[in-house]
Amino acid sequence: MTDATVLDHEKEAGFGDYVALLKPRVMSLVVFTALVGLLVAPVSVHPIVGFASILFIAIGAGASGALNMWYDADIDQVMNRTKSRPVPSGKVTAGEAFAIGITLSVMAVIMLALAANLLAAGLLAFTIFFYAVVYTMWLKRWTPQNIVIGGAAGAFPPMIGWAAATGDITLASCLMFALIFMWTPPHFWALALFMKEDYSNAGVPMLTVTHGRKSTRTHILVYTILLVPFALGLGMTSIGGPIYLVASLAMNLWFVKGAIDIQRREESTAEADGYKAEKGFFRFSLYYLFLHFGALLVEATLRGYGMGGW
Amino acid sequence: MPLTEEHEIHTRRFGRNLGVGLLLAGFVALVFGLTVVKVKLIDPEIAAQEVRE
Repeated sequence: MTDATVLDHEKEAGFGDYVALLKPRVMSLVVFTALVGLLVAPVSVHPIVGFASILFIAIGAGASGALNMWYDADIDQVMNRTKSRPVPSGKVTAGEAFAIGITLSVMAVIMLALAANLLAAGLLAFTIFFYAVVYTMWLKRWTPQNIVIGGAAGAFPPMIGWAAATGDITLASCLMFALIFMWTPPHFWALALFMKEDYSNAGVPMLTVTHGRKSTRTHILVYTILLVPFALGLGMTSIGGPIYLVASLAMNLWFVKGAIDIQRREESTAEADGYKAEKGFFRFSLYYLFLHFGALLVEATLRGYGMGGW
Repeated sequence: MPLTEEHEIHTRRFGRNLGVGLLLAGFVALVFGLTVVKVKLIDPEIAAQEVRE
């Protein structure tokens, strides 16, 4: 018998398991928002520089995902949503996840500095640090506000995309950050409402566990209302325009209506219909973000033809 | 054992090795492309000369 035959072949990681370590679904959102940030900037970027910038932003985000899986392996193991991830399923060791996370983080930051500029690279480094250290190691297990503050990590990509193109930070890029930052809490709390067993079992201080479900419903409504001025405000900047503003207004009305419905619902009603409203709100929140950034892209495209914008 | 003999681990890990190989090749191509673009952006004279030729 050789050394190789004692390995459990069933559990051996394939290439796809290493890709899964980088959280490709989160990565796709990062790629989309960073791409919009880069394309709506009032500076033209060489396609290869633009492609490389988005790629390294995505790799940086993926690397922070790998570091999150390394540190959270114990929590991931007990949550239904995460127990099939490469580390808890035993396909990739925690050490490998750590090594991949650190290596790709350093590589992504250095390459973004070379491809774009130091500001974009600095923002990417801060994002990775914020997600892996501030959110994963500190906030997530300590405070029910983990989602609120940790949401900043997911909000940086459009700002980095913008910085990669222009080399600066402006009101427009800050508002793109604010849009995702304020959107994150209602999005995740809606998920927490219908994935209730998961967070309790893992001992993560989710708002639903620490403050109760009624309070979480109220929090969703408050944060959804707070999100509105940022979403509409973005439409007033140089990257906004009438199309964005109309789309944003319609989506915000719908989103606030959904949040009011959730706030008014009794737990027994929600349980009886299988959390229909909560699941619908969560699904709509994905479209909400996608369509806001899509509308910004439409405005930028039209501006190229002398239309769109203010 | 002859050096050319295929071990079972070679076939089993083919997908993983191919993936890593393609990634590295892609990375080299990207760095090459970036270098060409950067040199042209830094020194527009090079780009202009290319057009003249």
